[in-house]
Amino acid sequence: MAITSSPTARATGSPADVLTVTVNGRPITVPRTQPDWEGRMVPTTMIQACEAAGVTVPHYCYHPRLPVAGNCRMCLVEYGVPALGPDRQPLRNPDGSLIINKSPRPAIACATPVSAGMAIYTDTPNVKAMREGVLEFLLINHPLDCPICDQAGECKLQEYSLEYGQAASRFVETKVHKPKAVDLGPRIMLDDERCILCTRCIRFTRDVVKDDALGIVNRGSYNTIAAYPGRQFDNNYTLNTVDICPVGALTSKDFRFKMRVWFLKETKSVCTSCARGCNTLIGSRENVIYRLTPRDNPEVNQSWMCDVGRLNYKWIGREDRLREVRARGSGNTGWTGALGEIARRLRAAPQGSVALIASARLTNEELYLLGLLARHLGAITDSIPRTGDFDHILVQADKNPNSAGARLLGLAAEPMGSRLPAIADGIRAGAIRTLLVFGEDVTSRGVSTDLLARLETLVVSDVLPNPTTAAAHFLLPGCAAAEKRGSFTNFKNRVQRFQKAVEPPGDARPEVEFLADLVTAVTGRKLPTSIEGLFNHMASSVPAFAGLTWAELGDLGQPLKTELART
Amino acid sequence: MPAEYRLILKHLDEPGYEPTLACYLRHGGYSVLRRVLALEPRVSPEGKTLSPQEQLRQEVSLSGLRGRGGAGFSTGMKWSLVDRKSGKPIYLICNADESEPGTFKDRQIIHKDPHQLLEGMVVSAYANDVHLAYIYIRGEFPQGAKILNQAISEAKAAGYLGKNILGSGYDLEIYVHRGAGAYICGEETGLIESLEGKRPYPRIKPPYFPAVLGLYQCPTIVNNVETLCAVKHVIEMGGAEYAKLGTPNNTGTRIVSLSGCVWRPGYYEIEVGKATLRDLIFDPAFGGGLRDGRKLKAIIPGGVSAKVFKAGEKVKLKARNADGREVEQEVDVLDLPYDFTSLIAAGSMSGSSAIIVLDDSVDIVEALANISEFFAHESCGQCTPCREGSLWMAKALHRMTHGEGRAMDADYLARIADNIPGGRTICAFGEACSWPVQSFVAKFKEEFVAKGKADEERRSASRQPADVPSAP
Repeated sequence: MAITSSPTARATGSPADVLTVTVNGRPITVPRTQPDWEGRMVPTTMIQACEAAGVTVPHYCYHPRLPVAGNCRMCLVEYGVPALGPDRQPLRNPDGSLIINKSPRPAIACATPVSAGMAIYTDTPNVKAMREGVLEFLLINHPLDCPICDQAGECKLQEYSLEYGQAASRFVETKVHKPKAVDLGPRIMLDDERCILCTRCIRFTRDVVKDDALGIVNRGSYNTIAAYPGRQFDNNYTLNTVDICPVGALTSKDFRFKMRVWFLKETKSVCTSCARGCNTLIGSRENVIYRLTPRDNPEVNQSWMCDVGRLNYKWIGREDRLREVRARGSGNTGWTGALGEIARRLRAAPQGSVALIASARLTNEELYLLGLLARHLGAITDSIPRTGDFDHILVQADKNPNSAGARLLGLAAEPMGSRLPAIADGIRAGAIRTLLVFGEDVTSRGVSTDLLARLETLVVSDVLPNPTTAAAHFLLPGCAAAEKRGSFTNFKNRVQRFQKAVEPPGDARPEVEFLADLVTAVTGRKLPTSIEGLFNHMASSVPAFAGLTWAELGDLGQPLKTELART
Repeated sequence: MPAEYRLILKHLDEPGYEPTLACYLRHGGYSVLRRVLALEPRVSPEGKTLSPQEQLRQEVSLSGLRGRGGAGFSTGMKWSLVDRKSGKPIYLICNADESEPGTFKDRQIIHKDPHQLLEGMVVSAYANDVHLAYIYIRGEFPQGAKILNQAISEAKAAGYLGKNILGSGYDLEIYVHRGAGAYICGEETGLIESLEGKRPYPRIKPPYFPAVLGLYQCPTIVNNVETLCAVKHVIEMGGAEYAKLGTPNNTGTRIVSLSGCVWRPGYYEIEVGKATLRDLIFDPAFGGGLRDGRKLKAIIPGGVSAKVFKAGEKVKLKARNADGREVEQEVDVLDLPYDFTSLIAAGSMSGSSAIIVLDDSVDIVEALANISEFFAHESCGQCTPCREGSLWMAKALHRMTHGEGRAMDADYLARIADNIPGGRTICAFGEACSWPVQSFVAKFKEEFVAKGKADEERRSASRQPADVPSAP
């Protein structure tokens, strides 16, 4: 399944499109149909109607982005439909309310479509008893090893035990024992004893990823989730099964036993591993990142993210991060000294003698500032393309998170990287005397260390050391996306903002901060100092971003509004 | 005097009767099919033109035939629910996964008279515009599968099956598919999943009603072996004539599998409702009474999933008296007519029409432990209450039959069983595994308590602490 934006369910108000049901006696009008996990319009279900009414129906196996299985039975509710007279018209009480024929049997809210006039009851003693019964059944063979379980704190068994659990177990038989610490694949461990057999993982990998890798072996209470014999559970989406596993059965080898989840601070961010920009949550504690998890965005990544992106955070904590401002010959000069000297040199540089290579991994705001600088200096600019494997689910071939931003803000050539030879030639010919490199190692892109050695001034900003940073006259330590705020424009021209999760190491500063200082020092222009102000300033001066504000981007981002963006 | 009424079983135990086409033809076989294929459109009294298929379906509706597999659902109704406008093919599946403990009627037909089943299937398939049908036979019937395949090749060679049947232009292929040994494959949607090559996980309904979204998401009819044979006789006799057999709303004949502590266990075809449980157990024409002068203790009236009757139990039935008014009568369970409605009214069911008779030599806790072990082994494990509950009950009963019982175990069992049935599960297995426990414990509670108490006393006498802690 390619992830496409799903049609948004909307009650238009036309009687043909909506119907009214009651949830615990309260009327609620819902659309007759809503998109299913594949985006097909199907009849609205009881669980969706309850959600619309603000009534939560507990569930394990149901997931809005997976086909319905109906196996956990936690969402059983009672219901009734209007009694009909001989003329097939609904019968009414003296007060005008519908007479309801209550069904003698419950229904699973996740799979049962609603009909006009239906009455759904989620708060009756019977419903409570059914939930208690299901929860008891789920727990009798469960190891109850919460103290050492990674899921503790975000476990549906724990959550529902609060409401429907019993203080003491009356189970006196021997528990069923199943395989533990099963090495399911390179990134996933399985504890079959914790598993409640909801089959979310099976459905996800079979139906969303199209990798029919997991199944159930044995039968009855001995049912066991397993990969096919001799096969590893190894695709680029396996870690999503850890997220959707409602219990502690599937755990991430990367995260397990590292941190209790309730200590994690969750920061809304965006993945930087490709041009899709999956929405993420960064889980960190005391300035250390422990995990990335996907954040639901129907327009971008639904509930998922790829394993590569999810694990692409460890370099942030590397020991060899650049943490000092350095000026060749003067050692650590601090920010003021270095920026002052750079500004002095740039003010003195003749028009056309400066080149700027700006990474498409920088934020829109940073690229905007670099664009102002480049235009003031008459500099030739480009970015560095970065391509790799892609799939039809999330992963884009473009591995830069902000290629669209680099293009729209006028820094990247078309095609990206096509001006790099001209920059190399300019240095070789002596026409280009000053090079600014932000976030790239240009030595592997045709601007060799020999060429760099010919420059009068080489200003480099980056986060990790490389041959380009080694050659720099001025080295400005920058930040990973997780260490700053900003926005990216994804491959579909959706502008998405992200928040700061952790502090950068040493003297490293968000590029946007020192760039604003530099631009002001070079051009004399006063610029907003806050990220909000800078974004809004950019939106008012760059036509492609017209009409957007930082506040309106919200947590889920906004598409560009202009025609320009659609070309 | 009650007696057998052999319609489906008419010939198959006659000396010299063989499961061959030649033998079947000598006994008038495939004549109904010949007549059916020659049917012409007919104008109904209301002036509507009825196709041959509609005429056949009308006869089946008129016959009042109810499914012989277990649920007793109206066959005419089942056929009428089929989505005939989808443009998709319609499939017919013969459910030959006969595996309800105590049931052994379908295998008689398959082993001894396979062509009768085939003729019933071709007639049923023709009536429903089906061109591809399957016989899903349980894995434990290897000989049956062989016989059916042999019969199919004979029938094909002779033109009763395959392309252009009897020159009519009608095509039908029938394939035999062997199960791999799971009771749940008899549940129609589990069967369909299995036929599709998957684990036989019953499907959720809605939306997967076989009549609309069955095999390969196409409209599908699943009928029991005996039901399909009955269709042949319905068409042969005419629906109205067939409906005269048996009793109102319980028409036709039915093959009863009688087993347990009787002199003459076996299969008996009766007019539905024309023999009582007493007749079937005690009459010399049927069970011939209990063995060795023992006393009746309990009757499982419809396969082990049916709720048990206790000997001497009285049930209240509604009946109409001479002036047409409804009155409540109290009858002994032995006097219940063996049909669909009376047994349901009495709180149990005729199910797969398998009667298991238990006499006073039977330990009721052992009997229930046996039943529960079966269900724990056969639960597919898809949905929570059945998966966990069936094994929990079996473990508790295993404990009780191995000297580790507790006086409180009767209540313990009942509370487990109460959380399983009544629509809490995806399929009727939830009822099948919990009804025996609910009914055995409710009706024989004193035996469960006594056994548990005896265990407790024995354990305390031997001063060995029980392995089992007492629950709060």
